[in-house]
Amino acid sequence: MGTSKNAIRFILDGKLIEIENIDPTRTLLQYLREDIRRVGSKEGCAEGDCGACTVVVGEAVDQRIRFRAVNACIQFLPTMDGKMLFTVESLISSRQQLHPVQQSMVDYHGSQCGFCTPGFIMSMFALYKTDADPDRKAIDDALSGNLCRCTGYRSIIEATQHMGEYPVSADADPIIYRPAGENVEDVSAQEQEMLERLDQLQRKQGLQLKYGDAQYFAPASIDELAGIYQQNPDACILAGGTDVGLWVTKQLRDLPKVIYLGNTAGLNQINETDAGIEIGAAVSLTDAFDYLATEYPELAEMFRRFSSVPVRNAATLVGNIANGSPIGDSMPALIPIGARIKLRQGSKSREIPLEDLYIDYQKNAMQSGEFIESVIVPKRDESMKFRCYKICKRFDQDISAVCAAFALRLDGDVVASIDIAYGGMAAIPKRAAQAEAVLSGNSWNEDTVRQAMNALSKDFSPLTDMRASAAYRRLAAANLLYRFYLETRTQDALTSEAVNVFAVQA
Amino acid sequence: MENPATMQAREVAPGQSIPHESAALHVSGEATYIDDIPELAGTCFVALGLSQRAHARVTHIDYQAVKSSPGVVMVMGAEDIPGVNDCGPIIHDDPILADGLVEYYGQPIFAVVATSFIAARKAVGKAVIEYEDLPAIIDVREAKRQKSWVLPPARLRRGDAQTALEKSPRRIKGEISVGGQEHFYLEGQISYAAPKEDGCIHLWCSTQHPTEMQHVVAHVLGLDLNQVVVEMRRMGGGFGGKESQSAIFACIASVAAYRLNCPVKLRLDRDDDMVATGKRHGFHYEYEVGFDDDGLIRAVSIEMAAQAGFSADLTGPVVTRAVCHLDNAYYINDVSIDAFSAKTNTQSNTAFRGFGGPQGAIAIEYIIDNIARNLGKDSLEVRKLNFYGKDDRNVTPYGQLITDNIIHELVDQLETSSDYWIRREAVEKYNSENTILRKGLALTPVKFGISFNVVHFNQAGALVHIYTDGTALVNHGGTEMGQGLHTKVAQVVALELGIDVQNVRTTATDTSKVPNTSATAASTGADLNAKAAQDAARQIRNRLALFAAKHFNGDASEVAFIDGRVSSNDKSMSFAELVNLAYQSRVQLWSDGFYKTPDLHWDAKTLQGRPFYYFAYGAAVSEVVIDTLSGEFKLLRADLLHDAGNSINPAIDIGQVEGAFIQGMGWLTSEELVWDADGRLTTHAPSTYKIPTITDCPDAFYTELYQNQCVEDTILRSKATGEPPLLLPFSVFFAIRDAIASVGQNKINPPLRAPATPEAILDAVTAVREGRDTL
Repeated sequence: MGTSKNAIRFILDGKLIEIENIDPTRTLLQYLREDIRRVGSKEGCAEGDCGACTVVVGEAVDQRIRFRAVNACIQFLPTMDGKMLFTVESLISSRQQLHPVQQSMVDYHGSQCGFCTPGFIMSMFALYKTDADPDRKAIDDALSGNLCRCTGYRSIIEATQHMGEYPVSADADPIIYRPAGENVEDVSAQEQEMLERLDQLQRKQGLQLKYGDAQYFAPASIDELAGIYQQNPDACILAGGTDVGLWVTKQLRDLPKVIYLGNTAGLNQINETDAGIEIGAAVSLTDAFDYLATEYPELAEMFRRFSSVPVRNAATLVGNIANGSPIGDSMPALIPIGARIKLRQGSKSREIPLEDLYIDYQKNAMQSGEFIESVIVPKRDESMKFRCYKICKRFDQDISAVCAAFALRLDGDVVASIDIAYGGMAAIPKRAAQAEAVLSGNSWNEDTVRQAMNALSKDFSPLTDMRASAAYRRLAAANLLYRFYLETRTQDALTSEAVNVFAVQA
Repeated sequence: MENPATMQAREVAPGQSIPHESAALHVSGEATYIDDIPELAGTCFVALGLSQRAHARVTHIDYQAVKSSPGVVMVMGAEDIPGVNDCGPIIHDDPILADGLVEYYGQPIFAVVATSFIAARKAVGKAVIEYEDLPAIIDVREAKRQKSWVLPPARLRRGDAQTALEKSPRRIKGEISVGGQEHFYLEGQISYAAPKEDGCIHLWCSTQHPTEMQHVVAHVLGLDLNQVVVEMRRMGGGFGGKESQSAIFACIASVAAYRLNCPVKLRLDRDDDMVATGKRHGFHYEYEVGFDDDGLIRAVSIEMAAQAGFSADLTGPVVTRAVCHLDNAYYINDVSIDAFSAKTNTQSNTAFRGFGGPQGAIAIEYIIDNIARNLGKDSLEVRKLNFYGKDDRNVTPYGQLITDNIIHELVDQLETSSDYWIRREAVEKYNSENTILRKGLALTPVKFGISFNVVHFNQAGALVHIYTDGTALVNHGGTEMGQGLHTKVAQVVALELGIDVQNVRTTATDTSKVPNTSATAASTGADLNAKAAQDAARQIRNRLALFAAKHFNGDASEVAFIDGRVSSNDKSMSFAELVNLAYQSRVQLWSDGFYKTPDLHWDAKTLQGRPFYYFAYGAAVSEVVIDTLSGEFKLLRADLLHDAGNSINPAIDIGQVEGAFIQGMGWLTSEELVWDADGRLTTHAPSTYKIPTITDCPDAFYTELYQNQCVEDTILRSKATGEPPLLLPFSVFFAIRDAIASVGQNKINPPLRAPATPEAILDAVTAVREGRDTL
């Protein structure tokens, strides 16, 4: 396939799109709305928090096309290279018939003002492609990134529950529509054709784009990436773009050099080794969490509540770690279980404990030109009792006021080891060393736990901000340690139904 | 001339749950919002320079770097406004661009017009502004302490509250604090202005009040009203936030378009929208209540202070409505209300669904909750004891006789259908068995007055056209913001003409079609505009009936219009055929229509009269569980029963009820507005300001419409449903309070503030544990 060098290619509605000379930080939403006037996708917030811009991206994964919802408002256009894109306009068949998710939304009165609706439709469509008969939890998870201010959601939930009942139209493209009665496990001829077309778009060589003085690199290998970053240590490393996107849409920053990790072979992998589960820098939160939740089911609730599906589909676990935000949730979750990170600088590699990455507010142990290649999470130690708690104002997609994780090993009723990390309590994700010291070697009982709760005040001097006051953070942090004790005490341990409101059913 | 029996039957026809008229357009992405309109050649874009101080004199502005920024076409300050620099809806204290004095953090100071949205936004940050700080008031209590008002206090007295309090067997004094609320319409504020010939302006504006936008734009440009046309097809949500507050953006876009003689679009970035625009008023209350040993209220004395922000905007009528809803569903014999419009150096607060009504009513609910706990009674018993009577105890503090009271039977029905008492026992049992988690249950009622408190706003106009193919086109003064107004209006017109609603199209609100319209607000959209459209359609129907009678040799009073056919004297033809014949016989096939709500009167000085045509009622039961360690809560179940009269469209009305419930729950739980010490709003994006998401919608969520017909002659005997159900989630707040109280064996009134964030809940838990009923 002949192609211009300074161009990206992707498939939109089955058609090959090739765009030359693009601003690397032009967002997908700007492209859709302003350049090609597909105005169905809306801008509600330009920061990935409202979902009005949701589109679906198709990629070849294990010989199938995998459909995932992402926020177009913070996705840079060049990252579409080699992918398939679906917008709300894609769903109407050639006979102007509504797609089942659209018809169900009409019939169950799921739209009022309609502004959020295209985004909901696309999140529903992504869900439909994997689970056309979802339960309430699957619906909540799939739609947690879409805000609606009108309906109160009940009608949208009902529409999603019923979307699988609609017949698909005869002339529908089977890439988009689930063929009636066809075994979804089978790859249709059309899907096979699309897979082949996608395969032709994949690059063996790295991609470099120039736009005025701006440069965009999408290296094809880790060595190439390491070389480019060593030569351009001032470049911005881009993975999912769920934070970097806001630098552009909100802070209006110019990013003259961008290095995108999404096409780098080897980074998009999860490998199990003796050391543990190694998650590459381009692995999405969705994939990383799916894997880790099997190993650590205690993390499942935090993972559900960590941002939203469209953000988790784009964002990466290593990106969250590298970002090092004091209120990021993955670090407090991973530090107590002994996660390590693999750093790469040019041809040099090194490995350090995750907690050693963070030095001070937005200051880390990485050197110029060094980047995180992967994070290594130890395999489950069956003797460990582990919990992770997240507290914020809203269940879905909220940043923690306090996030805490506790990993405990008991020898009888004596604390053999305890590892505690908190987010939201300091300028960095941080261990509670004083509290750990109080508990280590002592018996795991209410008295020592109360002492440890007091010791937390020596570990942390949290801030007051819009999420919570310092006093609340202190009290909640201590109480979460107490909650952990109640769930893990050697006698009369409480179940999560007795300590977690979200585990309670009506 | 129509047979009165058939007309009457039509006027109480059962509603039809058809989908929203734009539903198919919404789901396909085809529905056009202002930003989706294809841009005219040469369109420029605006971004606003906002104040970085809460209260200061602007001593110097250097625009040099702004002007030399790529793509910049023009920079505009207050001095560049040709007409009057004001867009205040009632009091003229709302500058469009600050002129030397800034009064809140986020106030627009200047506008940059550029060749792209991004270019304008990038240039804005390059201005160098020097300020001389002035003392700022951020908190409503501090404003009250300093007697800092935007308007004089409002007073309402009935009886002698002070004496009645002194004679009451029991008294409680206390304070209540309720936060404001960001509208978070998904479509932000946007205006798109295009200059037309002869100095005219065409403005597309996402607004609930096209006529007012026409007025302010004419005012600011010094034009006649007939030179400004405002067009509005649909908003991506309004909720009150686009009633008066769309004005500033309409004006800036229009001034820029006028000065540059090119089309200009002003679309606010979400953060700028949240920082610059007003919100629901937060309130602070100090009250004293006197009651007897049964819990019957003898007297209430209350001071309520509304956080107005820096200017009056709509605070006056908001406060009036708060005063008129302090009673909610309860008779209060002796009452004294002092209501303050407190001036703070924050965004100028404005209309928001309920318009002060919720803030008035929540105070009495809080008070009753306290009375019940004080007496060791279930709060439902005390609520019922204090309900308005039907034959006595039925005059509101503002002097309106209540003639449509159904709260007793409505609450009885809900009490049964929700198994209130069985669940009360279950909650008590749960709480006796659990230490960390506690459950709470509450039933709260709603009575909400419908009409604008300003009598002359209660009027509407409409145009109905019938084309020769038998299709109808309706235009009226109301605006569509998702509430289904256009759907209901189309249904009414279709019913009147006996045609399929698919053949009725409602078009964009347009000040050049129906003039001098009122805001689509106060829940009155369908009440007013559907009546006007019905009037227009009825005139055409009558003309067609005369024509058909002649044609069929029948009697005009017996002509039937049913299912798209017109029949008389055993003969019939399709509506389209008849229309075509009528056209050839030179029958006028279009009509205007007009409606004004009857029997309203109001004395704004004494706060006495009949401000409301009728009341809408409702009630809700909510059950929650709270975590006494973290303060988190979850709504487990909600049962809603709401009075929509004879609903025109039950599906749409249920959507209004459910949507209002969740939105109101957000106001009272997760939605917290936080200003820092400098007066900067720190919750200025969805990342920090948390409206409810899908998981917040309870699994067990049961909504029903109460079988009723409005006692007044409203459109199809329906009742307004926009605002009243926003009060239903009081039940969530008081269920949380109930759960907290269980920590202190239900003996201490938890000092729970709204919004009940985890922190607010934990603060109240801590207070109750320590035996305090104050924070």
